[in-house]
Amino acid sequence: MRGIISAGGYVPYRRLQRSEIAKTFGSGGGRGTRSVASYDEDTTTMGVEAARYALKSAPASVTPDALSFSTAEPAYLDKNNASTLHAALRLDTDVPGFDFGGALRSSVGALRAALDGNSTVLLVSSDLRTGLPTSGDEASFGDGAAALLVGDDNDGPIIAEYIAAASATEEFIERWRTPGSARGRAWEERFGEVKYGPLVEQAWNAALKEAEITADKVDKVIVTGTHARAVRSVGGRLGASKAATVDDLTTTVGNTASAHAALLLTSALEASEPNQTIALVVLADGADVVLFRTTDAIASYHPARTVASQIEHATDLPYGKFLSWRGIVKLEPPRRPEPDRISASVSGRTEDWKYGFVGSRDRSSGELHLPPARVSRVGDTIDDMEAAPMADVQGTIALITVDRIAYSPSPPTVFAVVDWDGGGRLPVEMCDVDADALGMGDKVEMTFRRLFTSDEIHNYFWKARPVRD
Amino acid sequence: MSSHGIKDRVAIVGMGCTPFGEHWNKSADDLMIDASNETFASAGITKDDVDAFWVGTAMSGASGMFLARPLQLHDKPVTHVENFCATASEALRNAAYAVASGAYDVAMALGVEKVKDSGYQGLVGAGKAPTDGTGRTLTAAAMFAMCAPGYGKKYGLDDEQMREVLARIAWKNHYNGARNPRAQFKKEVSMETICGAPLMAGGLGVYDCSGVADGSAAAIIVRAEDAHKYTDKPLYIKALSLVAGNCSGNADPEYDYTTFPEIAATARDAYAQAGVTNPREQIAMAEVHDCFTPAELLIYEDLQFAERGTAWKEVLDGTFDLEGAMPVNPDGGLKSFGHPVGASGLRMVFEAWLQLRGEAPEQRRIKHADRGLALTHNLGGYPGEMVSFISIVGNKLG
Repeated sequence: MRGIISAGGYVPYRRLQRSEIAKTFGSGGGRGTRSVASYDEDTTTMGVEAARYALKSAPASVTPDALSFSTAEPAYLDKNNASTLHAALRLDTDVPGFDFGGALRSSVGALRAALDGNSTVLLVSSDLRTGLPTSGDEASFGDGAAALLVGDDNDGPIIAEYIAAASATEEFIERWRTPGSARGRAWEERFGEVKYGPLVEQAWNAALKEAEITADKVDKVIVTGTHARAVRSVGGRLGASKAATVDDLTTTVGNTASAHAALLLTSALEASEPNQTIALVVLADGADVVLFRTTDAIASYHPARTVASQIEHATDLPYGKFLSWRGIVKLEPPRRPEPDRISASVSGRTEDWKYGFVGSRDRSSGELHLPPARVSRVGDTIDDMEAAPMADVQGTIALITVDRIAYSPSPPTVFAVVDWDGGGRLPVEMCDVDADALGMGDKVEMTFRRLFTSDEIHNYFWKARPVRD
Repeated sequence: MSSHGIKDRVAIVGMGCTPFGEHWNKSADDLMIDASNETFASAGITKDDVDAFWVGTAMSGASGMFLARPLQLHDKPVTHVENFCATASEALRNAAYAVASGAYDVAMALGVEKVKDSGYQGLVGAGKAPTDGTGRTLTAAAMFAMCAPGYGKKYGLDDEQMREVLARIAWKNHYNGARNPRAQFKKEVSMETICGAPLMAGGLGVYDCSGVADGSAAAIIVRAEDAHKYTDKPLYIKALSLVAGNCSGNADPEYDYTTFPEIAATARDAYAQAGVTNPREQIAMAEVHDCFTPAELLIYEDLQFAERGTAWKEVLDGTFDLEGAMPVNPDGGLKSFGHPVGASGLRMVFEAWLQLRGEAPEQRRIKHADRGLALTHNLGGYPGEMVSFISIVGNKLG
């Protein structure tokens, strides 16, 4: 049996009330909220979070043979972003990590390739979407990521068996964006709606036929794509029951574009029972349909952190902050020098610390050293340390302060002295928190972030955020 | 550990100190020339009489040529030293030990910093080694800000009480600075203004932070037996103590931000070197590193000027005021004298030089100069990771 072993979705902490857009500009926006990646997040960091949840939700014995990363908003071109995820997830060097193209269709393509292959693959998709103020894209999109761990049942229990897939591909100009452009563009709506209809029908029928089922046997239908009108109209014509249509999260999270199919599938799996048939229908320059059937194993599946929980634990962001975080409005920076670019060779030497948040622990005294050290601060032993992975260890705030004068892409900086569960301490920068919202004794956990960018080199490291569920 | 010290083996026989402040029209070279000219004149010598030089700067230059070129020193040994904000103290320490060793008869220690050319408020670090970008980016203000809630929690002060205590320290240093023509800020500031100032970091406002200034200070050091060849009123070095922390405060969950262990260690060492057993009774005045008001509060206890947990009460009682039992920072401290990083350590000694020789202006002269001893304390770094330096100087042998 082949299928999905685990899944993890990541929805950033901040929400934009769409009504704020019209209040500011007199037009645009709409109802509900969209998710907003923090100023220190990008598709790579969000992908890391989703992948960590997926790996934590799988049995510890399952290790991926390969990592794939899909996004339409890569943090780097030329440089392989999957390698950054690979380092943050501390995968073995013989596990390949590959970026899959920039098109919105890449992520479902990577999913199909993994399902049709025979290795254990961690599929990560992530997207960070915006558009010009008042545009439909600005309001309807959201930021987020999702990760699916695909493999065989001899790797670990399969929670959703892959039963069939089919695609229909055709060239037509419906949505497009050239590299470097701040906004996506689309042809008038009716054209795309007309083009997508027959393609979806073709792929849908082919997949059902391969699975030897009829549409009324599908328990959950996930239809997604960036053409909202086509998504709505084809969804009603598939022949599945109305009740089968799952919430597409557009009123809370927004459409996370290339991450959205996996995010909705993750969310659907988190609410599924054994023996349910789930159809994933993706509209992106063609149509792709993938059918799954949940297994008995899903009854005992416990996701590390659910999409629903992340939707629940969210806080609104003022529209002005949203515009500045996305670089659409430039705010006066603090009067401090901007940071120097990081050194490639230093970062290479400290890869496990910088990307994996791995310290060292003195074997004789047990003292934790962050960053890792060769000489122990207690007992003075030399070169007698073992690796101490700390990314998944929670801590408690001993002291906290707000720095209003330090350089930050979004001042002020909140900074806490954290005492780790199990011993040890490190002063760390906080994220996803408003100034003065936290105090001594609050619990925190670590998350992978982009601290700043200098000379077009992104500086990735770990920050702490409040434990919210 | 052996720390024998060089009590009464060397003496300071001349000192100079430029006014500290925003010297838009003076370079580091100008400041060094001004400070050294005053110092040479004070000792009644010329640059040719000096056998060796130690120049301290943390961010304005490098190498001995940084001093040799502007002063045009010919065939002289000049050593550049740096130890964060304790840089000038480090110059003094090395020059003193060089004379004590017998290697030289006359040495000069000079500290200088030109910080106002960066275009930014506050301090901007010198050229740093390339990094992996994982180091902390917090300002010193934020680091020291954490001492306030740390101390308050341990000793039961609420935020309002702590605000008053810290403001009282700033108020006192501005009061003293207003009586010092060389200070950057020569103005008294009301408690109300201090408490209502815009926040910089944590609970610290503008008036909780030291002034950022350009300046230079210097001293001439000779063997004690030669001192009276140069002046009737030499200052003898009683103790020089330095500790460079191992930064364990950042990693140790036991560290509670209510003390600076490096300072407590230098205090024990310095008192042992100088034979001081009751600092509060034996020392006439102290200049301490009040980079931020919570630092000065904790320093009182680390220097044993007050029992643990009681310094805040003594602050409110006026113990450390100019007219108090134990005047601290009679020249205004970093707070109002200003803080040119590489010069401050020697600026502190300059105040001891004036006070113990009875040359401080009348309006800020301390009452207990007859005790004969002054202490300077200079730190560089942050809570949990700092270098600490203490000197004790006296106007009498023995």
